[in-house]
Amino acid sequence: MTDTFEYKVDALIAEDIDAYLETHQHKTMLRFITCGSVDDGKSTLIGRLLYDSKMIFEDQLASLSKDSKAVGTQGQEIDFALLVDGLAAEREQGITIDVAYRFFATDKRKFIVADTPGHEQYTRNMVTGASTADLAVILIDARQGVLTQTRRHSYIVNLLGIPNVVLAVNKMDLVGYSQDRFDEIVASYREFATSIGIKDFVAIPISGLKGDNIVDRSAGMPWYQGPTLMTHLEEVPLSDRGQADQPFRMPVQWVNRPNLDFRGFAGTISSGSVKPGDAVRVLPSGKTTTVKAIVTYDGALKQAVTGQAVTLTLNDEVDCSRGDVISVADAPPEVADQFETTLIWMDEHEMLPGRPYILQLGTQSVTATITEPKYEVNVNTAEHLAARVLKLNAIGVCNISTDRPLVFEPYGKDRSLGGFILIDRMTNATVAAGLIHFALRRSQNIHWQAVDVSRDAHAAQKGQKARVVWFTGLSGSGKSTIANLVEKKLHAMGRHSFLLDGDNVRHGLNRDLGFTDADRVENIRRVGEVAKLMTDAGLIVLTAFISPFRSERRMVRDLMAEGEFIEVFVDTPLEVAEARDVKGLYKKARSGQLKNFTGIDSPYEAPELAEITVNTVDMTAEAAAELIVDKLLKG
Amino acid sequence: MALDERTLTHLQRLEAESIHIMREVVATATNPVMLYSVGKDSACMLHLAKKAFYPAPPPFPLLHVDTTWKFRAMYDLRDKAARDAGMELLVHHNPEAMEKGINPFDHGSLHTDMWKTDGLKQALTKYGFDAAFGGARRDEEKSRAKERVFSFRSANHRWDPKNQRPELWNAYNARKAKGESIRVFPLSNWTELDIWQYIHLEGIEIVPLYFSAPRPTVERDGLLIMVDDDRFPLRIGEVPVERSIRFRTLGCYPLTGAVESTAATLPEVIQEMLLTTTSERQGRAIDHDASASMEKKKQEGYF
Repeated sequence: MTDTFEYKVDALIAEDIDAYLETHQHKTMLRFITCGSVDDGKSTLIGRLLYDSKMIFEDQLASLSKDSKAVGTQGQEIDFALLVDGLAAEREQGITIDVAYRFFATDKRKFIVADTPGHEQYTRNMVTGASTADLAVILIDARQGVLTQTRRHSYIVNLLGIPNVVLAVNKMDLVGYSQDRFDEIVASYREFATSIGIKDFVAIPISGLKGDNIVDRSAGMPWYQGPTLMTHLEEVPLSDRGQADQPFRMPVQWVNRPNLDFRGFAGTISSGSVKPGDAVRVLPSGKTTTVKAIVTYDGALKQAVTGQAVTLTLNDEVDCSRGDVISVADAPPEVADQFETTLIWMDEHEMLPGRPYILQLGTQSVTATITEPKYEVNVNTAEHLAARVLKLNAIGVCNISTDRPLVFEPYGKDRSLGGFILIDRMTNATVAAGLIHFALRRSQNIHWQAVDVSRDAHAAQKGQKARVVWFTGLSGSGKSTIANLVEKKLHAMGRHSFLLDGDNVRHGLNRDLGFTDADRVENIRRVGEVAKLMTDAGLIVLTAFISPFRSERRMVRDLMAEGEFIEVFVDTPLEVAEARDVKGLYKKARSGQLKNFTGIDSPYEAPELAEITVNTVDMTAEAAAELIVDKLLKG
Repeated sequence: MALDERTLTHLQRLEAESIHIMREVVATATNPVMLYSVGKDSACMLHLAKKAFYPAPPPFPLLHVDTTWKFRAMYDLRDKAARDAGMELLVHHNPEAMEKGINPFDHGSLHTDMWKTDGLKQALTKYGFDAAFGGARRDEEKSRAKERVFSFRSANHRWDPKNQRPELWNAYNARKAKGESIRVFPLSNWTELDIWQYIHLEGIEIVPLYFSAPRPTVERDGLLIMVDDDRFPLRIGEVPVERSIRFRTLGCYPLTGAVESTAATLPEVIQEMLLTTTSERQGRAIDHDASASMEKKKQEGYF
């Protein structure tokens, strides 16, 4: 078998290399994703495409042939799947668990294939691969027909807005190249595809293993008149044409200021085109000016188009920096701070409503909180499920709000101004991908009411500086006791203060909240907002909450002005707090009557840089309170 | 297929992507550096950097982690390229390797480990670089096909293939904790042919060793090795023979196999590359171990 595979090259290379190079300089590029599972023959198909487009060298073929016999699944035949299985761990397990990118080229196009695993637990990988694809090949095993995973893959392909869909009905050799079987599968897929919003697709009967309708037309399927897979990949119109017809937008990446005479705005054009003299608008400020020049290393351009990375100079000195978007003046993108979005959760730690995340959209970076998870989508059936949180690989529709306005386009119109990522502020991990549907109208209608008596005036009237003194520590560590003593001392000194106590707040403002991670986050968010209002009134606010997560304490800190937030870590060890067990809660938690108890079955993240640390082992509560008051009034 | 002026060619798309990546790094990192190994990929990467920041010179230095065993022609071009680009050139030599006289003849894989792997870590730590551009491509080797464009390294420079950040659209999450660093690969989506075509199209200067010329060589362990200087210890009976050779990849001269060739121009080199039937890295001794060896080396910190 192996000796029938030999390395062949394009005749033009040998005959006229200059002509060959000329042809290849004008190639276009198509990025596509293959969706399917190991059993569908996905790796075999990719291996076949690489092989048939002469991307496999003799030495690779030799080692492939050797590997095929050792670990392959095709007996003495070449196992193309081995060509594309990457990391050692995966080769041992026999499955691909990440996104791998493969490259091949024909005379007409260069191709980048995103090879992603098909199982449900790898939804995030598929979403990643789909995000840059111009086309998706959805593989179906002709013996199996449309399966649950076919529906899942199609749902994701459509969600991510991949403009071209190919239904590749594989393993036709195993169903006797039957036209009836092919037609039956196509009809059943069409029904499903239409129901989820896929308007059009191209169906091709193939055999990856035998090479039918991959590059060469199949001798076994004379009834099929359509293009081979390779012909279709070479000829399908490119999706960036659509973007090119949209109004001009360029997110600014970097301001180029080599000297006082030059100020250029560097970025990649996300839609439309631009010429010198064009009237443009800088968002979100809305300032207008005109384009002076399109500066590149290869000389000034008369026009720049979608996808090009350029540097623009402007005719007026307008404020413009990284994160701003330069757009055509008369059709600017929208600006808002509340949105309905779809989130694809990609992290082991589940999404928590109310927790602040960094939202990165194009070159803009803001803090965002998920205000309202609306529903989760069952990716296999497209059904809506009620949800409070999203777990790894879950896809859900959520409202989010940002701390600053974002320049955006709906994802359906522009991937680069409508697609964003969420980043965990502690681990810096990319935890989610998001797609903006639309801005919520209330964000456009609720305006900040300017008040005449400022927060400084409120504090000055009381002869003090507003502060939030945030006590954190385990249950029973002594937070409330010390906070109470601190307040008594402040009161005696004529200071205006207020103590917000965890237990008390849960009787009123937060009585709808329980003790799950999501509820704990929301509890602290509300307390933070109340404390913020009280500092606006010029008060010294004392809070006594376990507040176990660094993220939320950080969130409250960020709400306050610099230096206004004072974190007090009541560092009483768990053994001591548990031995005291003033409220009998540790006992209940140990016996399992109380769930999600901090320190027992729910984590406590100690502060890394608290302004003040006290404990009730080495000092009395009185001494701790004195220390705090002292530092507070000095600072 | 007819191209209208609004559709970019594949090389234009690749170029724009690389420029976008470089600008993201400069906008977000505090102390970036470009690793420069003087090969053709480095030459391309440097050329793209000039384009990305024009009319400013690229706002970071070049770093060459040297082994003292590169071809002499590489040192010549290295110094010239940095000068032409108006960039600072930093050259790092692992002092321990220097002191012990580590060389490819006597020390086998220790040569790469100490000069390159350890040397790179030392240099990044010494200068406190938090982002380093590298010229690696995904098509080079299986384990690289899954590497991200922004690849994170722990404070001790290790790579964890199981814990990589997803990269969506052209949004790159460049955030890192203190002490962590990123390796950034702007040429991730380029293939060897793309690189050659781009060099041809843009007229990028590369080391003359890529072109055929008569050069003194000996044949050892199946590789044709060029005798580039008088440090080369000839075995008994070994006499350098003048052969018409060129190199498909460049590294330490005693470890880099030449191919016999008459290709003296860029189109001829490309022609030969396309007609050849073995993959690019065969001439490099480092890859001849087990197929997963590159992954192992990367986990240890080799670029």
